[in-house]
Amino acid sequence: MSAAPPSVLTEGLTKIFGRFTAVDHIDLSIATGEVMGFIGPNGAGKSTTIRMLCGLLRPSAGRAVVAGFDVARKPEAVRAHIGYMSQKFSLYGDLTVRENLRFFGGLYSVRQSEMAERMRFAITMAGLEGRENALVNTLAGGWKQRLALGCAILHRPPVLFLDEPTSGVEPEARRRFWDLIHDLAAGGVTILVSTHYMDEAEYCNRVALIDRGRLAAIGTPSELRGHALGGALFELACSPLGAALAALHRAPGVIEANVFGDRLHVLLADASAAASLHTLLAAANVRAEAPRPIAPSLEDAFVRLVTRTRRPEAAS
Amino acid sequence: MFGRLGVMLMKEFIELKRDRWAMFRLIVPLLVQLFAFGYAATFTVTRVSTVILDLDQSQASRALISHFTATGIFDIVDVATDQRQITRDLNQGTATLAIVIHARFAANLANGKEAPLQVIVDGTNSNTALIALGYVSQIVALFQEDEAAHLLPASAGASAAPGTLTLSLQYQPWFNAGLSDRWFFIPGIIGTLILVQIVGLTAFAVVREREVGTLEQILVSPISSFEFILGKTVPFFLIGLADVALISIVGILWFGVPFVGNPFLMLLGSSLFLLSVLGLGLLLSTFSQTQQQAFALNFFLLNPFFILSGFAFPIAAMPRILQWFTYLNPLRYFLVVIRALFLKGVGFWTLFPDFAAMFLLGTGALAISMMRFSKSLD
Repeated sequence: MSAAPPSVLTEGLTKIFGRFTAVDHIDLSIATGEVMGFIGPNGAGKSTTIRMLCGLLRPSAGRAVVAGFDVARKPEAVRAHIGYMSQKFSLYGDLTVRENLRFFGGLYSVRQSEMAERMRFAITMAGLEGRENALVNTLAGGWKQRLALGCAILHRPPVLFLDEPTSGVEPEARRRFWDLIHDLAAGGVTILVSTHYMDEAEYCNRVALIDRGRLAAIGTPSELRGHALGGALFELACSPLGAALAALHRAPGVIEANVFGDRLHVLLADASAAASLHTLLAAANVRAEAPRPIAPSLEDAFVRLVTRTRRPEAAS
Repeated sequence: MFGRLGVMLMKEFIELKRDRWAMFRLIVPLLVQLFAFGYAATFTVTRVSTVILDLDQSQASRALISHFTATGIFDIVDVATDQRQITRDLNQGTATLAIVIHARFAANLANGKEAPLQVIVDGTNSNTALIALGYVSQIVALFQEDEAAHLLPASAGASAAPGTLTLSLQYQPWFNAGLSDRWFFIPGIIGTLILVQIVGLTAFAVVREREVGTLEQILVSPISSFEFILGKTVPFFLIGLADVALISIVGILWFGVPFVGNPFLMLLGSSLFLLSVLGLGLLLSTFSQTQQQAFALNFFLLNPFFILSGFAFPIAAMPRILQWFTYLNPLRYFLVVIRALFLKGVGFWTLFPDFAAMFLLGTGALAISMMRFSKSLD
């Protein structure tokens, strides 16, 4: 597995629009069959990166190899080997389900002999049996989204780029969509999917956090949750909160302490230091229960990662 | 196995077929405009509203007035009693022309002295004014002849003015013997309508795909920009040819404009014109991110193309710098071609320079569009 070359590889990939650096030296390596999540605030550079990988934008610096082809040198070859779903829904609303599939199949030169079978597959996958002749405009959001995915994979691309495919789709349909993504990945398709739904990041094999054009962190969801914080997170019920906070900020081994509702969230460099917290707080006249270890959400991790990566910039 | 161009074309035709109003939108405005312009676009001046002030009140002055009314060109809208009334009529636009017959008109006429007749014309529309004045001098000349015939027998027919030489100019217009300006305008209208419709259709069709997002989806596919552009323009090319045929036939059958040229040259000329017009539409679309921008650009371009084409205003009379601009205007060449084919029936080589110019403009615009198009997302 480690010997196989990555399906998507970027080295110092950069895109500059005038004086604005949209993507700033991003290094990524996505293995075959991996589902890589692309997370980050709006305008972080997710779409720009995906568009460069699709050959829609020319990189300003660095390089990207997709399915074995350099995107700057062989964009045509790249295009034949990728599927792409853009942020905007982009099928023809005035064409029927079948006509859209036939159109996109034709653009990718899917053989006539295989067309019927592939169309059947796409229609089944999207759950559109019996609606083959419905105008796409008349379909609800979830169906449209799955049909768009169906159109994007008609030519069986080894690599799939999905740019916020689930935005504006109801939760039920989103879950179904993610099932399809996992089915495709199980079949060996490499998938890079951007999203701004944090819960969706949990469905990815790995997650890349993009902020201000830079890669802020990359890893499995649990790695990011754990390591990104650089310590162990505890919840502490105590009073008075102010005195506790002051004491904790002075204490060694405490990275961070924040008020969360009527409790504190305390980030410790070492989990074993939790036992000593009680004595420490007692000395400051704070009544406290035993600290309870809690699992940070991905959102916690991202907020922390983003503030950490931005800090040196603010200092300079 | 469908080629990529094939599926593009099929998609375009399905979309066109499914658009219920497409046929209506494509044909009805053309016909409405053809009829409107066909009747409205004319240099002929009739029904000139006229005010008359007769201060002489003589038999001669009444005879002169009846000369005016007899032609049917002048509508006597007011008979004034003083100068102020004339000023008011001209100011208010009630009358375009004022005829003032001064006192002693009949007396001076009988004595062979200068008979005081004054004509005032509203020069706001200089063209109409000039033409109306032309009619006035013709009528006055006619009146003079009639009066002279009246008077001469009395004053001895023998002395029939030996020094007077009468010239009779015989003119013979070619190609449009009746000098019907409808014959001149209808072919021009065909070119103008095609320009407006096809440039708009092409530009909007491409920009709409960009706006909706389908363009991006197409660009990530292996289709080449050449295939895409061809797929996008061929339907409009066919629509354009059908338009030319339709309005030419209406022009010939309804308005009675003769078509003496070679239909195949007409097909060639129309095809080259459409090539340049499609190129223009595409070029416009590469400069527009939204349909609104396309609309603004379209608006900015079409009027100059229309005015600087020779449709109504002779190019030779334009300032040199505007004449240069007309060389970039495909309508300029097509108007030459279509008028020549309708009225003169000239051959291929006569029109070759115009054919070549349209071909160059068309291929140039298409090439630039294609170059700009492949990078259009950057």
